[in-house]
Amino acid sequence: MTASPLLEIRDLSVHFPLPRTSMFQPRETLRAVDHVSLTLNEGECLSIVGESGCGKSTTALAVMGLQEPTVGRILYRGKPLNGPGAPSRKDRARIAQMVFQDPFASLNPRISIGRMLMAQLALHDLAKGSEARDRVAEMLTRVGLSPDHASRFPHEFSGGQRQRIGIARALMLDPRILVLDEPLSALDVSIQAQIINLLMELQERLKLSYIMISHDLSVVEHVSDRVAVMYFGRVVEEGGWKSVFATPTHPYTRRLIDSVPDMDAVLSDRRQLPPAAPVPSGARFAPDITHRPDPRAPADASGLVEIGAGHRVRLAMQGMT
Amino acid sequence: MSNPDPLLSVRDLRVKLGRHGAHILHGISLDILPGETYGLVGESGSGKSVTGLSIMGLLKRPLNVAGGSIHYQDQNLLKLSRRARRDLRGDRIAMIFQEPMTALNPVVSIGNQIAEMFVIHRGMGWTEARLRAVEALDSVQVPSPAERARAYPHQLSGGMRQRVMIAIALACRPDLLIADEPTTALDVTVQAGVLKLIHELCTAEGTAVLLVSHDLGVIANMCQRVGVMDRGRLIEEQDTAALFSNPLHPYTRGLLAARPRLGSRVEGGRKRLTELDEIVPDGARGHDAPTLVTPRGRREARVAA
Repeated sequence: MTASPLLEIRDLSVHFPLPRTSMFQPRETLRAVDHVSLTLNEGECLSIVGESGCGKSTTALAVMGLQEPTVGRILYRGKPLNGPGAPSRKDRARIAQMVFQDPFASLNPRISIGRMLMAQLALHDLAKGSEARDRVAEMLTRVGLSPDHASRFPHEFSGGQRQRIGIARALMLDPRILVLDEPLSALDVSIQAQIINLLMELQERLKLSYIMISHDLSVVEHVSDRVAVMYFGRVVEEGGWKSVFATPTHPYTRRLIDSVPDMDAVLSDRRQLPPAAPVPSGARFAPDITHRPDPRAPADASGLVEIGAGHRVRLAMQGMT
Repeated sequence: MSNPDPLLSVRDLRVKLGRHGAHILHGISLDILPGETYGLVGESGSGKSVTGLSIMGLLKRPLNVAGGSIHYQDQNLLKLSRRARRDLRGDRIAMIFQEPMTALNPVVSIGNQIAEMFVIHRGMGWTEARLRAVEALDSVQVPSPAERARAYPHQLSGGMRQRVMIAIALACRPDLLIADEPTTALDVTVQAGVLKLIHELCTAEGTAVLLVSHDLGVIANMCQRVGVMDRGRLIEEQDTAALFSNPLHPYTRGLLAARPRLGSRVEGGRKRLTELDEIVPDGARGHDAPTLVTPRGRREARVAA
């Protein structure tokens, strides 16, 4: 075996109980995340794509410890992040941090951003007084703001600046992993480009690893090292960005890529979908994408088959309809 | 010009915030031809939605029209009585909004919300109107329309709600549909279906569409002509293919460059994206009036026809 990955999600399932339809019926569960296994290597950007409700955000929340998994383990450098032997929430905060979609909703409107950033340092006994102020100033500069922004309040910033503050907040404790939950979707096109550039630059400079949740495939292709496509709580295709975008193989991945309104389509007559990779003969895809799987159906194993170097796709299981 | 007479022509439209406040629109002039799909693209705050709302007559205070004209069928919409305007709205000029959940009435069944259009604008009785509503739901490809007509907005998915909005908007076969970010709240696969539906229905009926969007991909796929807006001004107007292959205004070039394109990444490393400020320095985007750029050259603003 090679060196263990930075983060490993092993057979993660998150189930939510559904309200009873009748008091005589057994309680049913919604399988929001079902047997998901993913790995994140050091310095890598892993993107999780899929439509709303496919479980991509729930997976991210489980990594952050904000959602307790029903089954499954999350390992950081081979050590468990959940269940027995898990680190305290405070220690966990120094491993992984999250950048949220809507920066305004995730910032406290009554606290100046300098105070907010310093509070983290104080809580973790990292720095106090003028040293803390220096570190805040340094961080603000690093994310492209100016040190004297520290005395301002969230409402005094534009959307792009607020997202920079969100990134600064996440980086304050020097975590190794950033979970980016739709970091761009609340921003204008021109601001998106700035934030993408900032994220790529920070990743290289600070040797960060990213898990990015996104529905924007153009951005995903641009920044990711590896891509996982989720559909109804399951990973249906996973692989290197090149492989997934050059040979999208699962019908859902193909539909997703085909749905992206492409500005080049107007110039070239009609964009051709790249060819699918060859799949083992006799294999069927599951679920048939025209027929949505029952979220309450019994679980099966992750069911991914390797079709290329590190490129896996989910096929029909024996005996599954 | 050999172009057909425009369906709607907006001339020097000015919108202000309050009576003495700042200008939101600094004199927009554009023509929409019958049956064409015209795209308005720009960043948030550029005034593209305000343009759409002005045409609909739905500006809310403190926004108010401070000047200009909007001509539709030889009448200036801005000079019409409230009553006459209301009769046009929904009948000849209809609109769909970004967020169908807030645009639909939560306590009225969707069948009745569609039927209302026929009752108000066509003077039908409710029984007949409800039958027509089911047909309308069928035309926007809502499965089992007769049953769904009794459903309430919260019982439908986002894509279905947007289809209901389209059914309401197109119920009276309007001449012009204003679609303000119609698919921004939807998943990309659902978005493709809704855009296709708008395109098919409007092409079949010869309805012109003013599509307001920040998504250059959507604009490229849907529109024949595109206007680019920046801070209350129309800065470039071109045929879609020309705009994307040869953007004339630096701002448009910046907007196009800032967006990663699917299939454009090459092996070996990630490229920095070009930021808008690098192409259009903030100074150059200053307070001077940006000029309108058309393939025929630069002009300050078009003179009313």
